[in-house]
Parts: sequence; structure tokens; C-alpha cells
Amino acid sequence: MKLTINKKKYNIPDSYKEKRLTEYLRDELDLTGAKNACEMNACGACAVLLNNEVIKICHVLVKDAEGKEILTIEGMVKQDGTIHPLQQAFVDAGAIQCGFCTPGMVLTAHAFLLKNSKPTREQIRKALQGNLCRCTGYQQIIDAIEIASEYYRKN
Amino acid sequence: MNSKSWRNDAYAKVTGKAKYADDIKFPFMLHAVPVYSDFVHAKIKNIDISEAEKSDGVVKVITAKDVPGVNRWGQIIKDFQIFAEDKIFYNGDVVAVVVAETKAQAIKSSALVKLDAEILPSVLNPEEAMKPGSLIIHENHGTNIINHHKVRRGNIEEGFKNSDLIIEKVFQTQFVEHAYMEPEVAVCNPRADGVIEIYAGMQHPFSTRRFTSALLGVPLADIEIIGVPVGGGFGGKDDTIAIVCARTALAAKLIGRPVKMSYTREWSIRESYKRHPYKVYYKMGLTKDGIIKAIETKIVADGGAYCSVTPWVTWRSTVQCCGPYVVENVHCDTYGVYTNNVVTGAMRGFGSPQMNFVIESMIEIASEKLGIPSIEFRKKNMVRQDSVTITGQKLDNHKVAMEEVLDVVLKESDYFEKYKKCKTNVNNDEVYGIGLAMSYRGMSLGAEGDDFCAAIINVQADGSILLETGIHENGQGSESAMCLILARELGVKLERIRYRRPSTSNIPDSGTTVASRGTVMGGGAIVNAVKELKKKIFEYASKKLNCLSEEIEIKDDNVFSKNQSLPFEEIIKGMYGERIYPFAFGVFKAPKVTWDEETGQGIAYFSFTYGCQVVELTVNKKSGKVKLLKAYAAHDAGKVANESMTLGQFYGGMAMGTGYALYEEVKMKDGKIKTLNFNSYRIPRATDLPEMKAFIVQNPDPNSPSGAKGIGEPTNELMAPAIANAIYNATGERFYKLPIKIDAKKEPEVLQ
Repeated sequence: MKLTINKKKYNIPDSYKEKRLTEYLRDELDLTGAKNACEMNACGACAVLLNNEVIKICHVLVKDAEGKEILTIEGMVKQDGTIHPLQQAFVDAGAIQCGFCTPGMVLTAHAFLLKNSKPTREQIRKALQGNLCRCTGYQQIIDAIEIASEYYRKN
Repeated sequence: MNSKSWRNDAYAKVTGKAKYADDIKFPFMLHAVPVYSDFVHAKIKNIDISEAEKSDGVVKVITAKDVPGVNRWGQIIKDFQIFAEDKIFYNGDVVAVVVAETKAQAIKSSALVKLDAEILPSVLNPEEAMKPGSLIIHENHGTNIINHHKVRRGNIEEGFKNSDLIIEKVFQTQFVEHAYMEPEVAVCNPRADGVIEIYAGMQHPFSTRRFTSALLGVPLADIEIIGVPVGGGFGGKDDTIAIVCARTALAAKLIGRPVKMSYTREWSIRESYKRHPYKVYYKMGLTKDGIIKAIETKIVADGGAYCSVTPWVTWRSTVQCCGPYVVENVHCDTYGVYTNNVVTGAMRGFGSPQMNFVIESMIEIASEKLGIPSIEFRKKNMVRQDSVTITGQKLDNHKVAMEEVLDVVLKESDYFEKYKKCKTNVNNDEVYGIGLAMSYRGMSLGAEGDDFCAAIINVQADGSILLETGIHENGQGSESAMCLILARELGVKLERIRYRRPSTSNIPDSGTTVASRGTVMGGGAIVNAVKELKKKIFEYASKKLNCLSEEIEIKDDNVFSKNQSLPFEEIIKGMYGERIYPFAFGVFKAPKVTWDEETGQGIAYFSFTYGCQVVELTVNKKSGKVKLLKAYAAHDAGKVANESMTLGQFYGGMAMGTGYALYEEVKMKDGKIKTLNFNSYRIPRATDLPEMKAFIVQNPDPNSPSGAKGIGEPTNELMAPAIANAIYNATGERFYKLPIKIDAKKEPEVLQ
């Protein structure tokens, strides 16, 4: 079977089909941006995008992602290392503390802003409902998403 | 660089490139998992590992019998069993560690470890455990009482005799989970030179090294803890991760291959220590004109199965048992008690969130009974410049900013106007309330421990600078704060400075990154190291610039005399040319503190910080649901190094305090935890929290060389009482237990 991850095509040996997607990305491809934190669909630390939809992949099997475009946090960065304006907004707003939830937060915000580039703060809160953060109280994450929304309106 | 929001690790973290312990792997690495038992309190007869050892992929099953060194360790009392040996003391005790080629194989085999044990009655209620005749949990300790702290001030009988009003209440708080997003993970690599390297997210590398060296029976120098990003700590990445590291290091040593032990959330919540549940008996005597005459309190903390840092946590509760108020007559008895419940230890706030809930509730109860507005009542009794605390300490060595922060919050929240709206309907079913709480907090460790920290500044031949301190990055941004303080104090650009990945083999033991002491202690060490470095640079530069070394200064990356200047890197290059190292080692030793255990009198802390928070909310009369509308906080943070990260401490602390007030409880049944993951243990979500307004008050602290005060914990200790007071002001119902659960079926009286 084939998987498209960060626009790159991968041939997946059949033996990996029944593996969890987090395990495959982390252990086999070294894409460790998706984190193990609850392994029960409850915290969003493992969230990636499948066809631009946020999916917590701790319970998604490799075979279930077949034919879908997977975007992980590593795919948000350009080849030359330049970060996406959304990531820059996280940096500028002070939205990062321990950083463990950050990849899931950035990807969730990215999917959300692609659909709604003029959100209210209340709508941003709702969009982040499935992503837990213990450090920030979400305040500066919401600030970051508000700042970044301008980029999504223009592009 | 925007120094207002600058973080040295921002790029690594926002791109997912930051390598946390679980992201690290070594060739030929094995996987270890813990084996628990079903028991809560039991005498071990036999541990049978024969079946597990034969299982597919299993390399070794380790039990207490394999320990070459000391199996019992601890920071205060050495009672932690790293591997269960004689008894099961709680449901999180680890009987064995299974090491296999894959984690799945290790987990599968762990079910084959058989424990034969004799069930003992479990002691789960700390007040029962204190009574004479109760079953003793740790026989060699002789009693279930871990510690007893006291305050004896004035004459308590006279105090109550001279009171016009006496109020007595009982309060209770819950077990709370730190819920750091990253569970415990340790990766241990046995090096060819005999040193075992440990990679793990933790707050106290030096204590972890002591735990490990004791278990393995090797010198401290043979264990090297290498700093990696920490996925949150909040006081929780101390003893438990130290034990996980020690077990993993033992596996690596015995087998001679790298080993990873990566905890699931369930194991993490089951085994790791929690915030102490408190039961607090509180008696307050008052005069009719609103002066607190006397306070008598008995505090019982459930210490769980092992001591951990219970004596230190409960000591802070003792020192701060009357809040930021001057009280002439105080009688306080605080007990930490062993039970067979989950271990309790350090958590953000460290014994203050429990007490502030009690005190700030009592303040409002008292002011209402006296008919004095609560803010006026607070102002009559609160600490001011040169006030004497309940431990006899005169507050004369720093600015006492209690009234300042209170006034900021009152003004910014428009408290008095909004207070008039209390109990009015917002929507059909929702009533409005606003509530306030304030506190003072002793800075850093105080008389609970030795308080000192080291910093190393190593300027390279091209003028770039390596900085290292004994303070650990937990996610709070300490490395960034350290770099910013160095740039400011040395007078060079931030771009020159790189924070060196810390290692216990490179910098002397600087204690643990807890107690909101990171910026204070690390910053202090840097200031002192800069003094040393400047001496060397000035001496050389004075010859180069033909002036006295007193006339030299470094500013904006240049070294100046009165009438000329040279670039910083040119001076440094010249120093290397003359074989002078621009290298400095700095130490900050916290000013002396004193304590008398019998009277509870002394200079408890070398300085204090002051904070006040207000919350606006509505209570739904039908559902009982509390909705937070807005929260305000003002804290004296001293001189701030990184404004954005400081604000992050405000918001994060308030969020955690909100969870404490309304949502969070580690539920126990017969000594076993029922809330083992985030589906049942509910931490605040983005939709649970209000917009927060933070006001940083900056009174540089003269006792802290960099001027900084600690801010991580003060922000976490006020939301629970502020919310409880707001709910009372909305509904007329007073809550004495956390978390607050409003029974919607029982209509609060005032609403009828």
C-alpha cells in the first residue's frame, strides 16, 4: 500500500498495515512531532491532518490512512527550514511553553483557519476543544491564532 | 530578535524537531515496562518471574533481588521502595520491571509475573491513621505521622478571650494530578567508559542522579543526566521520574544495552505522586471593629504511602497558614500522615493552594458576619511595610506590595461597580457573581532547604558565549530568561549567547527547579558570574584602552573607556592572545533564613511576593454549571526578564487553579485510582476558561541579585478561593470542599 506524507509518497510494507499510525510515523519514519500522551483519543498531542481534517492518530491504523494526504508538523516547514506564518505567530505570541502539545495545536489551528479565516476568539476556543494544554491556559495560543488569521485571509 | 517573546527553544518546539525523551532512540535499544500488583497494602511472600522470563523477546525481569545498591531512597526519609521488597505500600508500587526487545513484548510478559502476598488492612483515612493504635504502615518509622509543624505565637487563649466573634469551619481538598502532557520516559545508555547516560524530562537532575547512584551502588560521577526538553512538570517531575530513571539505569547496567522505559498515561497517573488532600480545622477570633485577634488551626495532609517532600509542603502551609494578614495570636498544628493512598508530594503552589482556599473563604465569611465590606476588612488586617508575620519576621527588606497589587486588580476589574451586580440574572437561568482572593508567598525554598545555585559563562575566542546554570528548563522558559539576564547584565547582544544543554557532569548541584526559584536563583548566579567575568575583562581592557579598570563599561556589544571603545569580540580575541580565559563561575547563595521547629518562629523566607486575583462568573440555576466570564490577576514579579513568558506563567497558573476549583479530582476507591486517563480526569479545556487579564507589577527585589521574584506558583494559588467567593456572591452558597460541585437539584436558598 501507499501513503502520502507531507507530499512525499511512501511504499508501506504489508507488515505495517495493522500498526497504529503514531507508531509508524514515530518509530519507522522518525517523524516524532506527533506525541504519545493519552493514547485514547482524549488529548490531541498526536493530532495530524488527513485530507486537511484534524485526526488524533493514536487509534488510527496505517491501513486506514491509505489514499489520504497526511500532513504532520514536519510538513509545515519549508525545505530551507522557514516556518509557516502560523508557526511564526505561535513564536511571536509566546504561545509555546513545554511544547509537547504544540505540534497538535498548530495543526489543529491550521485546519481550522483554512475553513474559517475570520474567527472570533470564542470560535477559536471551540476549535481547540479537543487539544489539551497544561502550561499556557490557552490564552497566548488563541492570541497566536488570531494573529495568524490575517495570513489565511490574504492567501 | 523580539526579546519580549524570545525563546531559545521556540523554533525546535514549533516545528516538532525538539527531541523529548520518548523521541530518542539508540541502536540495540531494549524496552522496559513496570509491573504493578492488585494490592493496596500487603505483605509480599514471593515474586515468581519464571514464566515471564521465558516469554518471547524478554531479556530480563528485574526485581528487588537484583539491586546491587540501596533499594530504599528519598529526599527526606529514605522510604521509597524502588522495587517492592517486603510489602506493597500502595497500588502504584512496582514489583518488577520486564525488559524485552519491544515494548509490546514487555507488556505482554508483564502479565506473567506472579505475586504471592498476604493482604493487610489498608489505612486510607489520615485522621484515623494518626490515632494511637492504628496499624503502622512503615514499622521502622514507629508512627504514621510523618511530620508535625507548629506555630506558637502570642497567647491563643487570651486572643479568643478578647474576641467578640469566633468562627469555626472545616475545609477539605482533593488529590490532584499534575497532568503534564508528557508522561514519564527514561532512556538510559551504558557508555563504554562505564558512565550511564540518562535522558529524561525532569525538574531535579541532581536528585535523580542520587536516586540512581544509590540503587546501582556507583559513584555520582558514573551517572550523567543529560537535559532534554521537558513536556511539563508543575512540581511533578521530581521523585517519580527519578525512580523511573533509576530502574531504567539498572536495567541498562545489568544487561549492558540501552534501555527505554516509556510510561503510558495510566501508569503515570497510577504511580506518580499527587497534590496533597488537606483537611483543615480553622478557628478565627475577631473584634467587632474588624481585627483578627486569633487563629487556631489544625491541618492534616494525606501524605500517601511514602514521605516524598510532605514535610516541606506542609511546612509552607504552616508558615502561610494565616494568609497575608497580621495576627497576634496563632496556634497551628500541621501533620503530614502516612496512608496507603497514592503518594503525595510537590505540586505547583506546594501547600499554599489548599490553605489559600481556606483562608480567603474564611476572610469573606468573617467580614460578612461582622458587617464590614470584605475589601475594607482585608485592608485593616493585611501585611504592610514593616509588618511582622505570624512567624515573627519583620517585612522590612523588600517592598511589601500587598495593597499595590490589590488596588491594581480592584481598579482593572472595576470590582466595586461589578460587585453591585452580584446575584442579578444575566440570562434567564444564570446569576452573576464576582470574587477576589489575595496572598503573599515566601520566595524560593526558605528554611525548608539549602538554597544555592551555580552558573558558568564561557566566552569563546570569537566572542560567542556559552551559558549554563544549574536551573532546569521545564517549559517555563528558564533558559531564555537566563540568556536575557546575561545579555542585560553583561551588556552584549542576545544573539551572541547560546544556552548549553545542561548535564549533571558539568555544573555543580544547584538543587531542583521548583519553588518558583528558577529565575531568582539562576539569575542571581548569572549576576555573580558576570561580576567575575567583568573583573577579568576590565583588567585586560584597561591596559588596552589605557585607563583604569573602574572606567571601563560594556554596552551594546562594545567595551568603552571614557573616550574610546572597542568591539566586544576584539577584546575577547586579545584576551585569548594573552592566554586569559574569559570564563567565569558564579554562585548565588540565598540570604540566611532561620526556623525554630518548636515555636514555629523565624525568618522563614528571604523575601516575599504578593498577588491578587479576581474572577467574574455566572452560575446556572438549573444545571449548576459555572461559567467563567473573565479573570484578572496582578502579581509582583520583581524585575521581569521575559515579559511574554511571565504572562504565560500568569495564564497557565490561573488555568490550573481553575481546574483545582471546579473540575479536577483524582478519585480513589479503596486505595485504587479510578481516574487514570484524560477521559475521566478532566483538566481545563480552552472552552472552560475565560479571557484572562494579567498585570505585572515590577518592584525589583533587593534580595535577588537580578531583581526577579518567583512567579510560577503565586499565579496558581488564588483561583480556587476567588471562584469560591464569586460563587458565594452569585448564589449565597458557601463551599467548603474542592472541587466545587453545585447540586442543581438543591436550589440555593438565596435564589428562591
